[in-house]
Amino acid sequence: MRALDRKLLRDLWYLRGQALAIALVIGAGLAAVLMSISTLDSLQTTRAIYYRDYGFAHIFASLKRAPESLGERIAALPGVDRVATRVWAPVTIEIAGFTDPVSGLLVSAPRAGRADLNRLYLRAGRLLDPNRSDEVIIGDAFAEAHAFKPGDRLGVIVNGKRKQLNIVGIALSPEFIYQISPHAIFPDFARFGVLWMAHDALATAFDMDGAFNNVTLTLARGAREADVIERLDAVLERYGGLGAYGREDQLSHRFLSQEFTQLEQMGRTFSVIFLGVAVFLLNMVVTRLVSTQREEIATLKAFGYSNASIGLHYAKLVVAIVLLGIVAGVAAGIWLGQGLSHTYMEYYRFPYLHFQLRPSIVLGATLTTAVAALIGTVFAVRRAVRLPPAQAMRPEPPPLYRATLMERLGLQRWLSQPSRMILRHIERRPVKSALSVLGIGLAGGIVISGTFMTDAVDFMVEAEFRMAQREDIAVSFTEPTSYRALHELAALPGVTRVEPVRAVPVRLRHGQHIYRTAIQGLAPDADLHRTLDTHLQPVSFPPDGIVLTDYLGTRLDLKPGDLLTVEVLDGSQPVREVPVVGFVQQYIGTGGYMDLAALNRLLREDRAITGAFLAVDAHQRENVYARLKKMPRVAGVQVHENAIRNYYASIGDLLLTFMTFIAGLAGAITFGVVYNSARITLSERSRELASLRVLGFTRGEIAYILLGELALLTLAAIPLGFMVGRALSAHFIATIHQELFRVPLVLNPDTYALSAGIVLASAIISGLIVRRRLDRLDLIAVLKTKE
Amino acid sequence: MNPPDPTAAQADDPNVVFHVHGVTKVYPMGEVEVQALRGVDMDLYSGELVVLLGPSGSGKSTLLNILGGLDTPTAGHVLYRGRDLTRASERELTDYRRYHVGFVFQFYNLIPSLTARENVAVVTEIARQPMRPEEALELVGLGNRLDHFPAQLSGGEQQRVAIARAIAKNPEVLLCDEPTGALDSATGIVVLEAIERVNRELGTATAVITHNASIAQMADRVIYMGDGLITHVDTNATRKAPRELSW
Ligand SMILES: Nc1ncnc2c1ncn2[C@@H]1O[C@H](COP(=O)(O)OP(=O)(O)O)[C@@H](O)[C@H]1O
Ligand SMILES: [Mg+2]
Repeated sequence: MRALDRKLLRDLWYLRGQALAIALVIGAGLAAVLMSISTLDSLQTTRAIYYRDYGFAHIFASLKRAPESLGERIAALPGVDRVATRVWAPVTIEIAGFTDPVSGLLVSAPRAGRADLNRLYLRAGRLLDPNRSDEVIIGDAFAEAHAFKPGDRLGVIVNGKRKQLNIVGIALSPEFIYQISPHAIFPDFARFGVLWMAHDALATAFDMDGAFNNVTLTLARGAREADVIERLDAVLERYGGLGAYGREDQLSHRFLSQEFTQLEQMGRTFSVIFLGVAVFLLNMVVTRLVSTQREEIATLKAFGYSNASIGLHYAKLVVAIVLLGIVAGVAAGIWLGQGLSHTYMEYYRFPYLHFQLRPSIVLGATLTTAVAALIGTVFAVRRAVRLPPAQAMRPEPPPLYRATLMERLGLQRWLSQPSRMILRHIERRPVKSALSVLGIGLAGGIVISGTFMTDAVDFMVEAEFRMAQREDIAVSFTEPTSYRALHELAALPGVTRVEPVRAVPVRLRHGQHIYRTAIQGLAPDADLHRTLDTHLQPVSFPPDGIVLTDYLGTRLDLKPGDLLTVEVLDGSQPVREVPVVGFVQQYIGTGGYMDLAALNRLLREDRAITGAFLAVDAHQRENVYARLKKMPRVAGVQVHENAIRNYYASIGDLLLTFMTFIAGLAGAITFGVVYNSARITLSERSRELASLRVLGFTRGEIAYILLGELALLTLAAIPLGFMVGRALSAHFIATIHQELFRVPLVLNPDTYALSAGIVLASAIISGLIVRRRLDRLDLIAVLKTKE
Repeated sequence: MNPPDPTAAQADDPNVVFHVHGVTKVYPMGEVEVQALRGVDMDLYSGELVVLLGPSGSGKSTLLNILGGLDTPTAGHVLYRGRDLTRASERELTDYRRYHVGFVFQFYNLIPSLTARENVAVVTEIARQPMRPEEALELVGLGNRLDHFPAQLSGGEQQRVAIARAIAKNPEVLLCDEPTGALDSATGIVVLEAIERVNRELGTATAVITHNASIAQMADRVIYMGDGLITHVDTNATRKAPRELSW
């Protein structure tokens, strides 16, 4: 082996502490990238395969009632491939020992011999016996929430009639990956369930013999979705069709897609931030590392080594270190990606997971890292070889001597000799000091960007569920009902306040922008369920016109005064124009709001409502639930506290899981950077410090000189980290998808404290290690080698 | 390309290894400038051993560094076998250092992570007709210290490793900056004998900086320097062997 390569190995061994710290920075940065992207890719691939294997339909439509024979007409429409007609019925579910109101959707199972779309994946038990009318298969999430097993029983109220059913199977369906009540924003697995019954049994129970009220279909190859929807709507119009829609408006798919989009954007943003920061830090660290070798470089040059071969030598050193980081990063990325994917798989209840990591992603991230490191090396080596060797062989002279700020201010009288040395050293090398501060600051910043979500989520919950929506219970009726229902609700013992609401499913259209959502008509004196402006003050609605969540304003390109086309997807399906009068700040969900009377006027309907918000005396809750269950018009009951819990359980959890992984990696990077700073400073100054020891300085004093400098730089870096963190968080918010919710830039003191804490802890640990090395400083070696 | 050097004709003399003309070196230090060399003229002939004497700060190291291609003069010309080093490209200077010059630095400049043998090997591996590293170390009396790291060697031993490293490539010129500065007389003599042997046996033109006047007796010529100038040059009729020097 050549002497130079031997030097390489020994240097690597000698630098192992630093090498590991650098590898840690690269590894954590790469792992963050690979984890985020592989998780997303895996989820998307898995969903696509699941959809394909289990025949997830392309187009969905509900209607009042149509004869079975219509199915053939639909199948004959151009662009339609397979058609499945079925019956579905909203039900109230009764579970022994569970007082909360539970609603559900009873769906007729795919029939043998027919196009079987939206097939079930059986988790436990068996499929339905088509000849039995008392069997049911239930969704996996619902089963888990109530610990149901095949053989258990539950009661349902279909069409006002109570029916006892035997659970024979537990299943998953591509159509209900998200089992979410049409009346809720978030899934609540305990209080909403999807159930499948044999088709004929359900048709009989729901008075739908020989008829259907729901149809799903797949598109023929090359067919345009919009065309088919148009044709289907035309066919269904006579049968009370409620507007066909594609996958992007299908509840489960839409929710899932929004979450995927959000995850994807989070993943992408974090990849850019993490890789960017890691690469910057790597470049900085490598530059400093090579700079400490300046005298050796000059010596090699003096012997006639060419710049290129010296560059190659250091490139090898850096590549070896980087390679270590890359291997660790790829391994950790795959491991974390699989872990995270599995968490998500279980969360989404996919029947299986296709883990995917695109080689191009690994290659791209790896190359970016390696190139960044090599650029740093080349830069540093070039700087070292630029000087004539005679000069470079001497230690770098400090920049021009000038009285330091401290001396000009006359502060030196107040400071001990070691303190003065600290300040002088920092001031003499402002660029190096600034870079140290910047490096640590960036690391502290990514910790903040990785954890601020918790604050934002808490804030959103506070704003939405405690300040805007303050009802205890939200009741929804089976169909539009007269105001009289309010009196009935108000008369229930324990109900202290009742507010009406009219919710209308609509398609909003402005120019070429279309958005499917709902409009809520609220009473002008609404106090329980309110909307807030940007200052969190309640908004009162003008007697005419519509107020939209700010996200919809952007999405539909609207400004106050514009006319918005509203296609109602309910009743007689009128199409109306309504002026936009303003926008409200809403963090979670999207929709439109109108004055209740104005909405009814727009629909040219009588004073109708579809639900109500109740304030309930806490002691009477159970009672109210029981009474509500007995009211035939009540289709669903949402308990406010559950909504908050569900929010955390769904989006909150999902985000926070991701963020926990990210925060851990950010912590690793921080430690790597701080430790590196400390070690490089040590190697840059050990000779000087050893000389001071020889001159009679104590161990404590030289430790103070070195660690004091580190401490000062670290302290300066903490506030910088706060600013970086805030900026990164703002950037993050600006890049993520807004549909599901709009994340506010809210940073609580504890997030700042966490960042500062991680930086400080890293500094203290690094300081202790460096201190141990200082104590073992070899004074004799210093005396023996030159000067 | 005509060097604006009226005495360039001398450079054609095959006996002249270095022809130095009008060399100045100024170190800018902010407002002030340090004049390290103020116009040096000298020649170094093949096979001869020259000692540079002078007080500290007189510019000896600066001159030697310029001869070795480690630094460039502010003005003037340095011709090595007729080739102007001040006009050489980076590539040419690298080759010059690699194949023609052996350098002993005042501060040894050993690579701390390499053993004595490996420190020499760093140079022999890129030379044209080198000795074996062991041979070179034997020559300076370190045959029993091959696998020691610099930190495990005394100052004098480190200096001898540096000399072994300089002579191992069989250079045409050997430039030594205070090779015995930190050594006791017995060790100093071993080191000087090594240098003298290389000079005598291989005919290597050698320049040695020292401020020990007695060492001057082993030289063919003694160049005295003061304040950035050559003050005068003495020629010794006979060279004394290092062992005969009174220290
Ligand atoms: N890199 C440098 N920067 C500034 N001044 C220098 C530098 N190197 C040497 N000098 C100055 O040049 C002068 C000559 O130095 P040097 O050649 O090392 O002297 P000698 O070797 O004769 O003791 C001294 O005054 C020294 O301070
Ligand atoms: Mg000198």
